[in-house]
Amino acid sequence: MTITIDTYPTLGEAASAMRTGSQFLGGGTMVVRGLNFASPDFDKVIRSTDSALSEIRPEGNGIKLGAGVTMARLMQASGAEFLEPVARAVGGPAVRNMATIGGNLFVCSPFGDFGVALLALDALVQMSDGQMLPIEDFYRQRENLRGLVSAVIIPRSAHGAFRFRKVVRTKPKGAAVVTIAAHLPGGNRISGARIALGAMGSTPLRAKDAERALEGGSLDAHTVQRVCEMCCNGLNPQDDSIASAWYRREVAPVHLRRLLLGEES
Amino acid sequence: MTKTPIQFSLNGTETGVFADTGANLLDVLRRGAGDLSAKQGCAQGGCGACSVLIDGELHLACLTLAETVEGKQVQTAADLEDGPDLHPLQKAFVEGFAAQCGFCSPGMLMAAKALLRSNPNPTRDQVADAISGNICRCTGYEPIINAILTAAVEMRGRGAA
Repeated sequence: MTITIDTYPTLGEAASAMRTGSQFLGGGTMVVRGLNFASPDFDKVIRSTDSALSEIRPEGNGIKLGAGVTMARLMQASGAEFLEPVARAVGGPAVRNMATIGGNLFVCSPFGDFGVALLALDALVQMSDGQMLPIEDFYRQRENLRGLVSAVIIPRSAHGAFRFRKVVRTKPKGAAVVTIAAHLPGGNRISGARIALGAMGSTPLRAKDAERALEGGSLDAHTVQRVCEMCCNGLNPQDDSIASAWYRREVAPVHLRRLLLGEES
Repeated sequence: MTKTPIQFSLNGTETGVFADTGANLLDVLRRGAGDLSAKQGCAQGGCGACSVLIDGELHLACLTLAETVEGKQVQTAADLEDGPDLHPLQKAFVEGFAAQCGFCSPGMLMAAKALLRSNPNPTRDQVADAISGNICRCTGYEPIINAILTAAVEMRGRGAA
């Protein structure tokens, strides 16, 4: 199959050029991988040199991250220090220099660790036409969305209330057995808890029963045990080369308990 | 297949190639530019054998669309030695038995070079993190980490990265 590559100066123009059989190129870690093997299911690669894709800036009480911001760049950004461990969890140094936030939203389980954090942080996904989608809606519609992602917006600072853990078989780098992100505002009386898990379904998913069990409570051992017992409700992990679905269901509550109680993994 | 002209600096030399549209940088380096130092291991970003520097930043050539390096500076392991003199990293790899089959060595060297450019005095853990995207099936990694730390000492002594 002959591949054509078109580059556009603005994301809007790139979005207009998208059609069936087109694939947008972010950092290339997934798209070029597809090109390297057999026949990809696309014949046109579209990319954009729009500088807005690389912007990191404050937005209200939160932060706006352009879809083209790489994990390595995010690790150096001021105002986003709480996201440094999340960006660091994505691949090795070379991958982090290439992989983008926008691309991370489209990868399949067990990848996509950054999206797990965004889900716990109630991020908004901004599309190229200006539409704002809550990230949970974005994941629900991901396969059928039209247009391109221009940025993600984390609506409020999460310093101090955000926790993240990626469980891997090989250290320091590996694909996830399970990835867990939790946003626990409210201190001793937690309000609006978010617990998101990766590699426990085809997209990152929230553990809503567990979130409800935390509401109004604190991170004492009894509450945490109750939360962990229901953390896999509604989740649908898959077998893959990293772990079986059974194993993921067994270990996710263990690692969630350790994360919530501040224990080492 | 359609060919696309690409111009870039390869190890300081202006280079022009006609690449198959959609080709990755590794193919262009090896087949178009004749630089065989970067290796193809997995072709999916998992092994690091194709690691190169693009504008000073560590990248995987197998996952880099060749057309995206137009006008950029690409450095491979072939750029390390200076005439008959090995780079301190190469010297430390040889003397510390950090290369056995040698397939991973070009990628390891470039990952180490990228680390020492930004951090001339790394800790052991920082070295391990820097090569975490590079797989070696021979050495068990310890000789590689030791070699990078040894080279770092020598390079600090020379005041060069």
